[in-house]
Amino acid sequence: MTTVTRPPATAAELTGAEVILKALADQGVEVIFGYPGGAVLPIYDALFKSNYVRHILVRHEQAAVHAAEGYARSTGKVGVVLVTSGPGATNAVTGLTDALMDSVPIVCLTGQVPTHLIGNDAFQEADTTGITRPCTKHNYLVKDAGILARTIHEAFHVARSGRPGPVVVDLPKDIQLAKAPYVGPEAIEHRTYRPRRAPDLQAVEQAVELIAKAKRPLFYCGGGVVNSGPRAAELLTEFVRLTGYPVTLTLMGLGSVPASDPLFLGMVGMHGTYESNLAMHGCDVMINIGARFDDRVTGKLAAFSPGSKKIHVDIDPSSINKNVRVDLPVVGDAGETLAAMIAAWKKKKLKVDRAALAEWWDQIKAWQARDCLRYKGSTTVIKPQYALQRLHALTKDLDPYITTEVGQHQMWAAQFLKFERPYHWMTSGGLGTMGYGLPAAIGAQIAHPGRLCIDVAGEASILMNIQEMSTAVQYRLPVKVFILNNQWMGMVRQWQELSHGGRYSESYTEALPDFVKLADAFGGVGFRITKPSDVDGVIKEMIKVEKPVIVDCCVDQKENCFPMIPSGAAHNEMLLGPDDRASQTTSEEGMVLV
Amino acid sequence: MPDQIQTHTLSVLVDNEPGVLARVIGLFSGRGYNIESLTVAEIDAARRLSRITLVTSGTPMVIEQIKAQLDRLVPVHAVRDLTTEGPHVAREMALIKVVGSGDKRVESLRIADIFRARAVDSTIESFVFEMTGSPEKIDAFVNLMRPLGLVDVSRTGIVAISRGAKGI
Ligand SMILES: Cc1cc2nc3c(=O)[nH]c(=O)nc-3n(C[C@H](O)[C@H](O)[C@H](O)COP(=O)(O)OP(=O)(O)OC[C@H]3O[C@@H](n4cnc5c(N)ncnc54)[C@H](O)[C@@H]3O)c2cc1C
Ligand SMILES: Cc1ncc(C[n+]2csc(CCOP(=O)(O)OP(=O)(O)O)c2C)c(N)n1
Ligand SMILES: [Mg+2]
Repeated sequence: MTTVTRPPATAAELTGAEVILKALADQGVEVIFGYPGGAVLPIYDALFKSNYVRHILVRHEQAAVHAAEGYARSTGKVGVVLVTSGPGATNAVTGLTDALMDSVPIVCLTGQVPTHLIGNDAFQEADTTGITRPCTKHNYLVKDAGILARTIHEAFHVARSGRPGPVVVDLPKDIQLAKAPYVGPEAIEHRTYRPRRAPDLQAVEQAVELIAKAKRPLFYCGGGVVNSGPRAAELLTEFVRLTGYPVTLTLMGLGSVPASDPLFLGMVGMHGTYESNLAMHGCDVMINIGARFDDRVTGKLAAFSPGSKKIHVDIDPSSINKNVRVDLPVVGDAGETLAAMIAAWKKKKLKVDRAALAEWWDQIKAWQARDCLRYKGSTTVIKPQYALQRLHALTKDLDPYITTEVGQHQMWAAQFLKFERPYHWMTSGGLGTMGYGLPAAIGAQIAHPGRLCIDVAGEASILMNIQEMSTAVQYRLPVKVFILNNQWMGMVRQWQELSHGGRYSESYTEALPDFVKLADAFGGVGFRITKPSDVDGVIKEMIKVEKPVIVDCCVDQKENCFPMIPSGAAHNEMLLGPDDRASQTTSEEGMVLV
Repeated sequence: MPDQIQTHTLSVLVDNEPGVLARVIGLFSGRGYNIESLTVAEIDAARRLSRITLVTSGTPMVIEQIKAQLDRLVPVHAVRDLTTEGPHVAREMALIKVVGSGDKRVESLRIADIFRARAVDSTIESFVFEMTGSPEKIDAFVNLMRPLGLVDVSRTGIVAISRGAKGI
């Protein structure tokens, strides 16, 4: 064990850079992901002299933010990033936007030119607060060393409370060098920002009454349950089981109820299951907890769940009535609201309508019998779904942390890997950022040493942050990159097939690296699989290797991801497989949608 | 009618800190909301508070979104919808420069008198009128001045406050 050296206790002796590190320590920060440069050298110097915060040197600032997201999303803690001014900050913008869309708590410290040079087009100057204003929950430019410590603490408070999100603190170099007073995190009571956690109890009572009266109920839950913490997922599972009602989850909510629970219908939305989407369409009471009626989920708004009364629990009032008008909004934390709902349910001794529920389940079982995730197997080519089924079967006992890139592989991962608890599934949902998965897996691996962390990747996406293999090797992080290599931007090709007459404009990658050699070049280990019969062996081998691994799994190049609700279509206009395709094409209205 | 476009006047109490106006304006442009009028000034120096008066339009659902989105900004203390929260007073001030001589000059002065506009600057050939009132009243006055030698208009946009004893 190394001994922990804390910065000097007497406030007057500290420089701004030391104040920053002390504030991080007092916030319980154990690790930061960063990349140095001129405008943050004082902070890096302070880091050098102390060892109470671990710094992970990434290879690109975008990856620093994604790594912090992987860390945050797999622990519930705030992820911390440190980058330099100008290009360091602009490189971080994609990551910040990603974290904003997916409500991930991040504090990103950016260097800035000294205050007297701001506005002069100084070397590596960028208007960081201006650029990041729309892609952060909040941001600060610290121009006064006197409020530095307070600002850092406030940034953490804003990032983690309410609906979580990324916060940028822009730090001019002179502020880092100036003497600065220190205050602890205890005293932070914000003047204006006080998000509400406790639900209105009257609304909760109305909600449970409505829930009890339902004849065709459905729980539709999402990332807000994950944001609320593991307790919320337990309470959700408890409430769902108490009622015996079916439950569907969004891409961001997977793991909030165990996938193995018979009440779980699978994912909802564009690539969700047939039964989930038809249950959404046909339910009479929808209980939305921590999901935001995203367009990937609602499909055509005018035809969205036309006959249901909708309850919506969300901590952010701006999520309510944004896309879909709801009947009973409840503003509050998912966990606290679920606890209150369970208590109210028990206090009122509510009973469900058994007969109606049985009928509803009969209907759902008929939909389930369509077996919407089935695919044509093969003994000669590897079907991507098969590869993932085997990956799941061979790793599930190790309770792996899974990240993904963006594309078909991501959707197949959501469909075929089954998540039993939250914090084990990290994917870029709102922004859909190719290049997210590898750095996010690195962040998760840092948080969970010794555990299995896998990035399910596409061959196109992985090239967007492949440089992070070097980070993984440096810190001996045995992350596994499992590439479903179809040589296509499969998701793009699928859309071109469905809505652009099969004109495959620029979606084929004519040249790809040899991923096995690439793994080797970085100092990791590479495997290639080309035959279904080799899938198991390589996966087992991959698990055993205690180094970063790239598996180049060469899959069927023409496979498409089903089920699918074409954009602009309603839930009951789902395509179940390739044979459905001929009968339906995307509507004109749907063509403009993404 | 749920899809009918309505106009609402909002009062937003904010911390007077750098960038706060950019946050509000960025929210409107980023999310495609309308700004028909926006005014801002510090109203309490000791507590560093500013008040923004916004006139915006949209469907009822969009108006609700605008309020929720404004309320979500960290430096925002309070958002009040004056249009729904009972009667309120809304006023705008304008400075109007008119250049002319002879009959036109006399006529402009006469109309200004009817509108209770004051001449706050005058030369042999010009007046600057100051007037306060509803935007419609100012529109009417400006239109009457057009043929009489109107050269410049500067308007504040609307400031508004609720009627009665209750504060924001
Ligand atoms: C290629 C691709 C395809 C996709 N297809 C699908 C698909 O088929 N199905 C699908 O579901 N998604 C799909 N997505 C993802 C989709 O774009 C959205 O990201 C996702 O649906 C949003 O999930 P969510 O509604 O759970 O909300 P999130 O983005 O997770 O938002 C969380 C909500 O909960 C609230 N909240 C936060 N904290 C709390 C708390 N403590 N208590 C209560 N509420 C809280 C927030 O205010 C917010 O409203 C796809 C993405 C990609 C890239
Ligand atoms: C940064 C970025 N650029 C472009 C896109 C658009 N896009 C979505 S999926 C996709 C193709 C992904 O290809 P691949 O990683 O091979 O995955 P596959 O769909 O083949 O599984 C593209 C280009 C995106 N999501 N992110
Ligand atoms: Mg591909």
